[in-house]
Amino acid sequence: MAIYKLKTPISEEKVRKLRVNDVIYVTGIMITARDAAHRRALEFHKEGKALPVNLQGLAVFHCGPIVKKDDDKWMVVAAGPTTSTRMDLFEDEFIKNFKVRVVIGKGGMGKKTTNAMKKYGAVYGAFTGGAAVLAAKAIKKVRSVEWYDLGMPEAMWVLEVEDFGPLTVAIDAHGNNLFEDVQKKVEEERLKIYQKLGA
Amino acid sequence: MITKNSVEDVAVKLLYLAVTELPQDVKKALQQACREEESEAGKTQLKAILDNMELAEKTRTPMCQDTGVIIFYVKAGGQVKGLDKIEKALRNATVRATKEVPLRPNAVDPFTQKNTGDNTGRFIPFINWEIVPGDTLEITVMPKGGGSENVCALGMLSPGIGVNGLKKFVVDTVINAGAKPCPPNILGVAVGGGADIAMKLAKAALLRPLDQPNPDPNLAKLEKELYEAANSTGIGPMGLGGKFTVLGVKVDYAHRHPASYPVAVAVQCWAARRASARIYPDGKIEYLTHKVV
Ligand code: SF4
Repeated sequence: MAIYKLKTPISEEKVRKLRVNDVIYVTGIMITARDAAHRRALEFHKEGKALPVNLQGLAVFHCGPIVKKDDDKWMVVAAGPTTSTRMDLFEDEFIKNFKVRVVIGKGGMGKKTTNAMKKYGAVYGAFTGGAAVLAAKAIKKVRSVEWYDLGMPEAMWVLEVEDFGPLTVAIDAHGNNLFEDVQKKVEEERLKIYQKLGA
Repeated sequence: MITKNSVEDVAVKLLYLAVTELPQDVKKALQQACREEESEAGKTQLKAILDNMELAEKTRTPMCQDTGVIIFYVKAGGQVKGLDKIEKALRNATVRATKEVPLRPNAVDPFTQKNTGDNTGRFIPFINWEIVPGDTLEITVMPKGGGSENVCALGMLSPGIGVNGLKKFVVDTVINAGAKPCPPNILGVAVGGGADIAMKLAKAALLRPLDQPNPDPNLAKLEKELYEAANSTGIGPMGLGGKFTVLGVKVDYAHRHPASYPVAVAVQCWAARRASARIYPDGKIEYLTHKVV
């Protein structure tokens, strides 16, 4: 296990150095995107329209933050990760088209996303579920909010972050998926546990 | 005297304490897990949970963005006057805490999908009443997060299989839940009564502090067995693998119908929030789960 501090824009080469179980901290620009923002971004791409922000080398965070406006300035109050599997529908195309390098969320992602990460060079960083205060602390500034018509949680928040983490690399750019490994082991244990319990 | 206002103020305080600071027993269990976890990824996650917990306490902000659905447990002494005013006081407290703490509004009409915006609605906050001898009023609040609630499970098992069926059902529930309920979790397990009674007891069992084993030695043994079984799944903190999938298992039961064997598993996340206080007839307030200065 190694600890890396990454600065956006993150290069493909840097991301390919990472292995599952490594811990990363991200500094620079991170955007939030849930289902709706993923869908819209892909629609934009299809129609040949540019996104409000160039995502190449950035981090995308599966999160619906609570943001409050103080004298015209947005402030992130809480920003815990949401369950990432919902974004499995979009993430492979998202990585392919926009070249984001770090995808952040909780609970892990599936085969399709893992393959895209391997092919185009990206990693999945697991952020501790519920750790909203830790997340908010690392968010230094709201640079802008795009697509606010989608609602506060679904909008694309463009955030300046400093040492956002710790993120456990749970899917790397070499096809390794820590969540899948754990699930496989759990299935292997299941029968042994039944036996031990006499169940 | 126990007044509506004092109940309201205490309940606001309890809500605030619950969402910003974990009770001692949960804190200790998380710290111990962090010390003893052998998986690197698991340890990183536990460390982050502890950092987040400390930061929430220091900055007086909710430890998790999901401040849950608000559930109260009220133990009212039979001699307490004005019991009919308490529900109103607890509802007012919920509205106030939603603004003052603040809490995330989490009460949605299941048909119109409209969020009431203040955490109150039909049957919400939910109040569990218990009338006990005496003249004091004990109020507990449990803000219950959605991620862990979504993996709670009820099994109407076959009585013929008995307690072995219960054990298997608990293990299956933990494995099916995987990373979803933000492990390490606490499990409340209850058997008997009926479908509703089993789940009610399972959830209430989550209120028993982690360092208090079951007073019934047979159930204490079962708790330990289920704890070890859940942790040998290897799911680990946040599902990234490790020794600590659960911090504790709490068992309760009721007698059952000869033909039924209901087993309920209530799942609580690491953000195992609860706070209690006792109000005495002279107005004195004693906080039971948190140090209040
Ligand atoms: S499961 Fe618990 S810790 Fe996780 S997001 Fe929900 S309330 Fe927070």
